[in-house]
Parts: sequence; C-alpha cells; structure tokens
Amino acid sequence: MSADPTQVLAFETDCHIFDGCGFPAPGLHSFLFEPLWGDADSNLYFNKTMLLALLGSIIVIGFFWAAFRKPKVVPGKLQMVAEAGYDFIRRGVVYETIGKKEGEKYVPLVVSLFFFIWMMNLWSIIPVAQFPVTSIIAYPAVLALIVYILWVSLTFKRHGFVGAFKNFTGYNKELGPVLPLAMLIEFFSNLLVRPFTHAVRLFANMFAGHTLLLLFTIASWYLLNGIGIAYAGVSFIMVLVMTAFELFIQALQAYVFVLLTCTFIQGALAEHH
Amino acid sequence: MSQLLIIAAEGEMENPLVPPIPELVIGLLAFVIVFGFLAKKLLPNINKVLEERREAIEGGIEKAEAAQTEAQSVLEQYKAQLAEARHEAARLRQEAQEQGAALIAEMRAEGQRQREEIVAAGHTQIEADRKAASAALRQDVGKLATELAGKLVGESLEDHARQSRVIDRFLDELEEKAEASR
Repeated sequence: MSADPTQVLAFETDCHIFDGCGFPAPGLHSFLFEPLWGDADSNLYFNKTMLLALLGSIIVIGFFWAAFRKPKVVPGKLQMVAEAGYDFIRRGVVYETIGKKEGEKYVPLVVSLFFFIWMMNLWSIIPVAQFPVTSIIAYPAVLALIVYILWVSLTFKRHGFVGAFKNFTGYNKELGPVLPLAMLIEFFSNLLVRPFTHAVRLFANMFAGHTLLLLFTIASWYLLNGIGIAYAGVSFIMVLVMTAFELFIQALQAYVFVLLTCTFIQGALAEHH
Repeated sequence: MSQLLIIAAEGEMENPLVPPIPELVIGLLAFVIVFGFLAKKLLPNINKVLEERREAIEGGIEKAEAAQTEAQSVLEQYKAQLAEARHEAARLRQEAQEQGAALIAEMRAEGQRQREEIVAAGHTQIEADRKAASAALRQDVGKLATELAGKLVGESLEDHARQSRVIDRFLDELEEKAEASR
C-alpha cells in the first residue's frame, strides 16, 4: 500500500484476503486526485473533482434548459418533472420559511443551490464518476460562503448596524445578568460557527457516505478468496443497500442545506424583538 | 498505523477541512454558471408560463361563472314567463267559465221565452179551434135538431126556423145549463 494520493480502484490492487496482503482501507487518500492537468503544487491545476463540478453544472443547466427553454402552458413530461422540482423548492422551502412576499426574490438562488448540490452529491453513485464533489470541503464551503455573505449583508441592510448587532447577538434585556454571556455565545454561534457547520454538515455527510461505499466495495473485492467469498457477498449486498441509502442522503442533504439557507435569510429579514 | 505515520511523515495528506484555492474557484464558477442560467433565463421563463397557466385557469373559471350566471338569469326569466303564462291561462279559463255561464243563462232564458211563446201560441190555437168547433157544432146540432124536429112535426120548417131564433135560444139555454153544471 503506497502513500500515493491517487485513488486506487479496488480491483486495481489485485489484493485478496489470504494472499498475504493487508486490507487496502479507504482513507483520506481516497479523496485526493492527481491533477488531470497542471501541477498540484502550483495551485494551477485541473482534477477529477473540478471536472465533475463543471460537468454537473452543465447537466443541471442542460436539464432545465431542455425543460424550461420553451415552456408550454400545457407542459410536456420533462417540463412537468422540472416544474415539480421547482415548485417543491419554491413552495415547500422558500415560501414556507421566508414567506411568499419576501421570499420570491430568493427563489432563483435557493433553487440553483438545491439542484446544484443535489447534482454534486449524485456524482457519488453515477457509474465511472463515483465521487461526490461535495465531499471536498471547498465546494460546500464556497456555497456556504455565498449564503453567509448574503444573510450578513441582508441583516445589516435591514436593521442597520446596531440592529444587526442585536440580531447577531440575540440581544434580550429580560436575560438580566446572563445577558453578556448569552450575547457572546450567540455572537460566536451565529457569525462563526453557523457558516462552518453549514458547510461541514454537507461535506461530512458526503465524505462519510463515500467512505462507506468505498469500504464495502473494496471489502467485496478483497474478500473474494476462499471462504471469504461468502463474506464478500454480504459486503456486496451492503454496497447495494448503502447505494440506495446514499441516494436518499444526497437529496436530503441538499434539502437541508437550502432549508438552512432559507432559515438564515428569514432570520436576517425578521424584525428583532 | 504505520501507514498513517508514513503519510504524516511525507506530509502529503492535507487537512480535509482546509479548502484548496483552485477548487474554491472552480466551485464558485460552477455554481455561478448554474445560478446565472437559472436566474436570468430559465426560471423567468417558467414563471411567465406558470403565470399564464394560472391566468388561463382563472379565466376558465371566470368564463364558467359567467355562463352559470347567464344560465341562472335565463332560468329565472323562463320561470317568470312560465308563471305569467300559467296566470294568464288561469285568467282565461276563469273568463271562459264566466262567459260560458253567462251564455248558458242567456240560452236558458231564451229557451224559456220561446217555450212560453209556443205554449201561448198553442193555447191561442186551441182556443180558436175550440171556438170554430163549437160554432160548427152549434150549426150542425141546430141543423140536426131542425131536421129532427121537421121529421117529428112532419113538415119542413127549414126556412122558417132559420128566420126565427128558436134554435139559437134553445142552444143558448143548453149552453147555460152546461156552464152551470161545470
């Protein structure tokens, strides 16, 4: 087992149990790729994740382009599916949390976020690609950053400097002597921890999901020797189960991300009491 | 464990929570592309169509409502007309009944009048016949009586008797007797 950060596909190791080689466990190295182009040290390179990210963008745009380019009042099948997705986010997420009047402005952002993240997550189980883009922290981080900048600036715009400060710190006179402590905690929780957890929640879920899939996939291959074959079967069933589970988690995490986004925006717009 | 140590020693494993700059840039780019297309072109497209559809549906509902209102008003009109017609019919029937009754009464009166006329004419006729019969009878009886008397006396008293008023007087007496006995 080398420390080479390129991802080693399970069948490339040609290593089975009882062959005298150790289990090629998945780890951090499974999330690092040799650049397809450029040099990893120069900060000027292009790797598999980037390719998947851009490809995913094209797929999302392609889907909505095909569905909404020339939409009809009486929709076709594709338009109906896309409309259902769009309507789900618009009504089920944005209107529900922010409200119809104030929320309308943020519908494009939230819809884009949802379908972008979902696509990035879906790469995890799409054959050949089989890698969730969002399991690289950079992608969730940049999305969380966009949301963070949006809601912080919205808070300042809506409440002014003092109002925004009160909003961030959860200022509440009734707390009495605990107020300074509460304000300090709220300040950290809102301005520092919140964007971090927002990004990490998505990242960690995808990271863990991919690791699990890798683990069972590699194990299926590794165990394929002697008595191990029976265990390999079990492991392979787990691959199937986990794939189905991941399919669910991918949609769920995309949903959670946009739901939190809407909650943050709503908090920024809400009157401070 | 030894693997991890090797990895750590070589320093190739980066902290998975530290985002590499190029990936941040690509991530931002990828998202901005999606957002740009959706926000500028595709979602306004579909919003327009959704709005059109909503209007179409509401227009349809409005049309249906208008049709229903019209149907309702027409129905009421018909009902009013029907009621009026019924009323008219009832009135006509009443009128006809009244007219019929009047007609019958008139006819009855006329019939009564004609009957009385006929009866009166009959009476007159009977009276006249009776008088004629009585006159003829008187003559015949006078003649027979004269003839009988002539035969009894044995001579013709015809001319003489005609000139005298014996027979008349005799008959008048008979008449008076009859009157008295009646």
